[in-house]
Amino acid sequence: MPADGGTLEVRVWRGGAEGRYVPYAVPRRQSQTVLDAVSYIQRHLDASLSYRFACRVGMCGSCAMTVNGKPRWTCRTHVAKVARGGALTVGPLRNLPVIKDLACDMAPFFDKWAKAEGRFRPPTEPARDFVPVRPASPARQAADAGIECIGCAVCYAACDVVAANPDYLGPAALNRAWTLVNDVRDAGQRERLAAVAGDAGCHACHSQQGCREYCPKHLNPTAAIAGLKRVTARAALKGEI
Amino acid sequence: MARPLAPRIETLLWTAQRASAAALGLCVAVHLVTIVLAVRGGLSAAEILARTRGGITWLLFYGLFVVAVAIHAPIGLRSILRETTAWRGRSLDLACGLFALALVVFGWRAVGGLFR
Repeated sequence: MPADGGTLEVRVWRGGAEGRYVPYAVPRRQSQTVLDAVSYIQRHLDASLSYRFACRVGMCGSCAMTVNGKPRWTCRTHVAKVARGGALTVGPLRNLPVIKDLACDMAPFFDKWAKAEGRFRPPTEPARDFVPVRPASPARQAADAGIECIGCAVCYAACDVVAANPDYLGPAALNRAWTLVNDVRDAGQRERLAAVAGDAGCHACHSQQGCREYCPKHLNPTAAIAGLKRVTARAALKGEI
Repeated sequence: MARPLAPRIETLLWTAQRASAAALGLCVAVHLVTIVLAVRGGLSAAEILARTRGGITWLLFYGLFVVAVAIHAPIGLRSILRETTAWRGRSLDLACGLFALALVVFGWRAVGGLFR
């Protein structure tokens, strides 16, 4: 990657829940991503910097950070797009416990996927035949609309309801639940709808759409949550949950 | 920690709040248009009361208005309090239930004043 001239000032969060932003001077390069800048600091300026990444191509969902106040996937975020006056401020994701520097504890985030019954429940009887799933059916289309989530927690960090109510399951877990609600093969719908209903579930969402605004995969968890609200309301009126 | 309400009850509360919001949208619009027309028409309070007294339509309309408010406001208040304070559990549910009752009692009392 050729040098592009100039220096980027990158202020990086150092510490845990308590800490401070420390400035680093990073050479500016062409097509430089925020993850490139953070990696430069760790490899050339301060080897004690902790952060998380894996694939570097927007598939694994592990490199999300707060960049200039907004949650972003850093491997696919170009510095040229987000730097203000030749400077970047990079911090850990909001709404998650900070382990150290830019690395958050993702356990609360993924625990909520389990709480939302975000796993496929097969029927107790062995399947005797294939279940036909038409790609054009409304249920499959709804599932397809949310299935590409990479679990980066950008939506979770962007959500003000999570910030106000730490028990709230959050956009990603509810989006996952919605894809399974639309899976005709799944046999755990009643338990799932009960799990996602209520104050900690879909009914807490204010439809502010921060999740949709920042989702790097351009998914729409707000629409998924609206779908859960409709389906749980019908189930509650019928006495099914 | 207080046991939360069952998911079904929470969901029904949410549904009731949305349904009452729809009713309120209509009630508020009718109420505002009525008030504007009455004021622009130069009606005094006594003249307005003369038109509402004994009117079953006004009684039913404002009676429904009060019910919609009594359903909508306490459920919303409960959500706001749970989101912005540490208040949870049965005491909050009870307080919001009492608030709903007060809205019904005082609201219908006012509606009765228009009718009688």
